[in-house]
Amino acid sequence: MHLLDLLVHGKSTLINLIPRFYDATSGEILVDGINVKDYTQELLHNKIGYIPQRAVIFSDSVKNNVSYGENGKGKKTDEKIKQAIEVAQAKEFVEKMENGYETQMAEGGTNVSGGQKQRISIARAIARDPEIYIFDDSFSALDYKTNSILRHELKKYTKDATTLIVAQRIGTIMNSDKILVLENGNCVGQGTHKELLKNCEVYKQIALSQLSEEELENE
Amino acid sequence: MSNNEQIKNPPRMGRMGRGRNFEKPKNFKKAIKRLFKELKIFKVLIIIALLLATLGSILSIIAPDRLSDLTDEISKGLVVKKDNLEILTQNIFGALNEEKIEDILDIDVSEDTILEIMTSEDISESDKEKFREILENAQENDLGNTSNDFSFIEIPKNILNIILKDTYYNGMKISKEDKIEFLMAISNIKDEKSISKKEVDEIPENIQKILLPDITIDNIKISTKDQILVLEELNGISQDISTEELYSKIDKMPENVQKAIKPFMDIDKIKNIALFLAGLYVTSALFTFIQSILMTDVANKFARRLRSRISNKINKLPLKYFDKTTTGDILSRVTNDVDTIAQSMNQSLASLVSSVTLFLGTIIMMFYTNYIMAITAILSSLIGFIFMFLILGKSQKYFIARQKELGKLNGHIEEIYSGLNIVKVYNGKKESDEKFDELNEKVYDANRKSQFLSGLMPPLMNFIGNFGYVAVCIVGAILTMNDIITFGVIVAFITYVRLFTSPLSQIAQAMTSLQSTAAASERVFEFLDEEEMPLQENIKKRLNPSDVKGKIEFENVIFQYENNDKPTIKNFSAVALPGQKIAIVGPTGAGKTTMVNLLMKFYDINSGDIKIDGISTKELTRENIHELFTMVLQDTWLFNGTIKENIIYNQENIKDEDVEKVCKAVGLEHFIKTLPKTYDYLLGDNDSVSSGQKQLITIARAMLQKTPFLILDEATSNVDTRTEEMVQIAMDKLTEGKTSFIIAHRLSTIKNADLILVIKDGNIIEQGNHEELMNQKGFYVDLYNSQFALE
Repeated sequence: MHLLDLLVHGKSTLINLIPRFYDATSGEILVDGINVKDYTQELLHNKIGYIPQRAVIFSDSVKNNVSYGENGKGKKTDEKIKQAIEVAQAKEFVEKMENGYETQMAEGGTNVSGGQKQRISIARAIARDPEIYIFDDSFSALDYKTNSILRHELKKYTKDATTLIVAQRIGTIMNSDKILVLENGNCVGQGTHKELLKNCEVYKQIALSQLSEEELENE
Repeated sequence: MSNNEQIKNPPRMGRMGRGRNFEKPKNFKKAIKRLFKELKIFKVLIIIALLLATLGSILSIIAPDRLSDLTDEISKGLVVKKDNLEILTQNIFGALNEEKIEDILDIDVSEDTILEIMTSEDISESDKEKFREILENAQENDLGNTSNDFSFIEIPKNILNIILKDTYYNGMKISKEDKIEFLMAISNIKDEKSISKKEVDEIPENIQKILLPDITIDNIKISTKDQILVLEELNGISQDISTEELYSKIDKMPENVQKAIKPFMDIDKIKNIALFLAGLYVTSALFTFIQSILMTDVANKFARRLRSRISNKINKLPLKYFDKTTTGDILSRVTNDVDTIAQSMNQSLASLVSSVTLFLGTIIMMFYTNYIMAITAILSSLIGFIFMFLILGKSQKYFIARQKELGKLNGHIEEIYSGLNIVKVYNGKKESDEKFDELNEKVYDANRKSQFLSGLMPPLMNFIGNFGYVAVCIVGAILTMNDIITFGVIVAFITYVRLFTSPLSQIAQAMTSLQSTAAASERVFEFLDEEEMPLQENIKKRLNPSDVKGKIEFENVIFQYENNDKPTIKNFSAVALPGQKIAIVGPTGAGKTTMVNLLMKFYDINSGDIKIDGISTKELTRENIHELFTMVLQDTWLFNGTIKENIIYNQENIKDEDVEKVCKAVGLEHFIKTLPKTYDYLLGDNDSVSSGQKQLITIARAMLQKTPFLILDEATSNVDTRTEEMVQIAMDKLTEGKTSFIIAHRLSTIKNADLILVIKDGNIIEQGNHEELMNQKGFYVDLYNSQFALE
């Protein structure tokens, strides 16, 4: 198991290189030891569950939005979809909606709030059973409470998956196995929260801008 | 519900424009009535324009009638004057009738004369016997009327000498000798239908004159001699003589005869009619031209007026209007709808009036000219139109389907492109391709069907026209042959058919465009009729920004959004002392932004009071209140202009040093120095300025404004945490000496506030500074800790 978090500049760009939205100018990105360029797009994408910052909602039912796409493992069962929605903390509001899982989403998902959109979008990734989760700043519209429950549940559910999180809040990533600190496209530090507080000046600055010294010591 | 959210939704003009093509007015009559009411100030111009349109149409309706005359005149130059020729030939061939001959001879067969002959000794017995026989024959045949057969010729000469005497015919003396000569001459005639010139020549001249008196045709005198010459030419003429032969014969006739019967164009008359027609068409065109200039002018003036009225209206509308209306909708009213009104008013109104005039006028003129032809023209056109409406009715269905399918396809494309990353990384390509193919197929099908049917229209319209022509020509030809109408009438009717069919489609077109005008004006006037903010004329109090100390009191404020069923702010009371930093925190939807909107008097509160330095905001104008506040919002608002212009925005007497000073204060100086033109760097839709830097620019702008109050509404939420630190420092500087309200959901930014109001569901549930609230261990602590929630 491997957790990886990235901070500050160039983080989205770096993460976009994994599903090959862009290709690295030089150097290699290896997934399971194989260069991403050597995968077929389909195979590579089957390994990935990508959640963008801006949730994409199709004008279709909630169920079809969650089961969207193919993962090379055949059709997703209703059970699987419901489970994904539950893990994404969307079960409560989805079941409350008029037609439940069959509720039709408006174009651009305008009939649900930003946080609800984001949770549906996260459920979509979960339903794929990917090996690698990529959260590109995708918790921004969730309130702190929902955010922490979701990530707790997700961790339970995705024991074997690698999770990459792009985040701005220290609170979101403090407990990661590995935090990468990027500045101007360079990695200026990596390690756990505690290690970085000691060794990495940039990380410390960021942490201090969000939490008071006592709070940091308490952690 | 906040104003900010409206800005986030981009206007979707394209989609709206597409949907509106089929929009029909809710109440056509009412909308048109209203439109005309609004147009009242242009009444005179419009009436003149419509009058000109009517006149122009009337003129073009008169034209075919004159065209008919013109055609008749021209055709006279192409065809032999049949009537005249007939008069002439009748005169010539009717010359040798018995009656006339008798009159000329004036034979004396009285009892006395007969007795004289019978008793005369100079006459032989055989001659007497012959005479008697002739007399008896004549009596038997015609009961005394000496007629038929030129039996006189057989009367012996000596007897003739007795019965023929010198007589006078119309005062002209005819001698006995002449009569005998005449008798001799006609006795040689074998067939009276083909008298030769030679035969006529033998007749004494004075008798010739009686037989073929001078006649006058079309004011042309044709003498006896000329008639004899014509007779020569016409001799042996038959019914089926070819035109060429006839013409060559006519060419040999005397000149004055030729003049009377030869095809002849009255150039002067033709010239007159042509000039009249030209004048008619030019005048008609001129009227139409002036009319269209007038209408264009009126339409555009009207549009200009509407636009400026809408623009004025926007400033008078309460904020709540913008809550229920999307920006795109308002934009569409200002641009699309006003344009639609101007354009279609320009086209439809005059064209409707002139088309109706043309249509009715043509019908009247047709019936006036010839009713059989009129019925033919109308019936033949009607058959075509029935066809057309049948097809139109069928195709409408496909047109609607086409629009719907196209909308679906565009929606799908838009969706796929905006979520392209997801489609790719979730391997949804196949799925979306399948859907695209399906939608594409449907669009193809609907397009094909609707276009096939609409493609039928032009040939059908042609057919209607041509069918009308053919019908008019056939019926016209029959009528011409029966001499009921002249050839010119056919020509006139061919024009009438064209005039008759074209206004029908024009009326249909004008009606549809009038419908869209009505729909558009309905929306525009609906907007103009929106309830405005209450007038502030009776508000006399004014607070001078430099004199305000900075105290604000909320007293039992209750506020409810119009379309909500529960109040958003319930019984809210709080006091902000001068120079204090007040933070408002709470979960989404608690009413934080609403508080700000109330403070700024964007909305009027339902009950309670908000006081500034002890004076109720109800007693102050909105403009005055806005003078007292500076706002920095979550969504940075920068316009296309230089950095300097953006910072100075809306303020006067700002020196460059002032701008530099505030930029230095907020920490922008270094960044601006790195830009190509420093302070004159043009801000546009480029990414070279980060969101944090944009926020700093708006803070610099706020710093320039010397107001006693400051509102920071989630000003740091779009900024990454390290920039946030810079923004935070800048904001701290900004709040110095001002009473400030800070709305934040990142609690780290408000820890140093003098007073933190925790709002939940419109109520203050906790208040105090950070430490106090932390010690209360209530909702605030929960909120605060959830930021750092751990697994």
